[in-house]
Amino acid sequence: MEATTEDRWQKVVYDTLKKNGVTIFSYVPDAGHRMAIDLSLADPDVQSVALTTEEEGVALAAGAHLGGAKSALLMQSSGLGNCINFFSMITGGKFPFLTVLSMRGDYGEGNPWQMGMGKAVRPILDTMGFVTVEITHKDEVERAIDAACTMAFQSGEAVAVLLTQKLIGAKKF
Amino acid sequence: MAKASEAKSAPKFDLDRSVAVPQLIGEQKDFLFIGGLAGTAKDLASITKDGSNYYGMAGAMGAAVSMGLGLALARPDKKVIVATGDGELLMNVGSLATASILNPPNLRILCVDNGHYGETGYQKSHTSLGVDLEQMAIGAGIKSTMTVESQDQIAAGARMLRESNGTCFVLLRVKPEDGPKYKRDMDPASTRVRFLLGMKG
Repeated sequence: MEATTEDRWQKVVYDTLKKNGVTIFSYVPDAGHRMAIDLSLADPDVQSVALTTEEEGVALAAGAHLGGAKSALLMQSSGLGNCINFFSMITGGKFPFLTVLSMRGDYGEGNPWQMGMGKAVRPILDTMGFVTVEITHKDEVERAIDAACTMAFQSGEAVAVLLTQKLIGAKKF
Repeated sequence: MAKASEAKSAPKFDLDRSVAVPQLIGEQKDFLFIGGLAGTAKDLASITKDGSNYYGMAGAMGAAVSMGLGLALARPDKKVIVATGDGELLMNVGSLATASILNPPNLRILCVDNGHYGETGYQKSHTSLGVDLEQMAIGAGIKSTMTVESQDQIAAGARMLRESNGTCFVLLRVKPEDGPKYKRDMDPASTRVRFLLGMKG
């Protein structure tokens, strides 16, 4: 799949997850994950799972783990709020878990509807016991995703990677 | 007078879950199980003797179908039965849509519908008030579905759970009574490890 210069880092997100053994990609569609979603749909070696709500992806990851598979949940930060109760299963059950969040309500946000959840993302992740990895520049993507996969799949942690708006850019309104 | 197509009889919540669920499942060793919280977790704990082919919840209400989908995708060589209640499934009915579009041939969803929220004092659920979860599964696009609400339908339901070649949905209507009493391990971490060890064995 062709990547433009602007979204080449999105392909790096996908390639690095796959390199780390992720075979199940779940997501609610989001512009920040457009490339990874399209790549997963076109890739015969992985399962690409479109969700109706982000929390499904949390339970899906736990079930995949029980079956010996690694999965990643791709979502916009607004979807984090939909997941909170299900995170109790991840942390209580000590399930390895990896999610990649494309941030809204972050650096340079112009939509006031996004700000409430955007500001709550880090405190929620801290409260629910996650390790958080923030990416602010495209050159950090591969190393950060590698680090996140190691903490999730080797140390068995719940890990959230934040693709910040410094990386993505803020949508113009 | 109602037309034939409208002559669907009122739902019957008559069967005893302690009898009907084991009859539908048959030989439990042939399946991996995910149990939603409360009633269905106890049903499955009793049937499997809280075994290593079973992961049951006591929280995360609404998670069962999605968890079973993840397991079914990861282990296409194993038949996975998700048992969930009406209240739990209503909380995440969109998970039927997600399961349907993936349609893993090894995923079976058994909804044990007693029309009530048993764990919290038997308040009526929506399925006592006209909501039909089999129709919602059909609307989600699941091709193999059926409702079991009398003893003579059990054999067909058991056959669907055992033999379906696509994701299937069986709605079992039962009396609003507690299922089997079974003291199960409720630790989500130790039961996770138990399941993983069972998968290796």
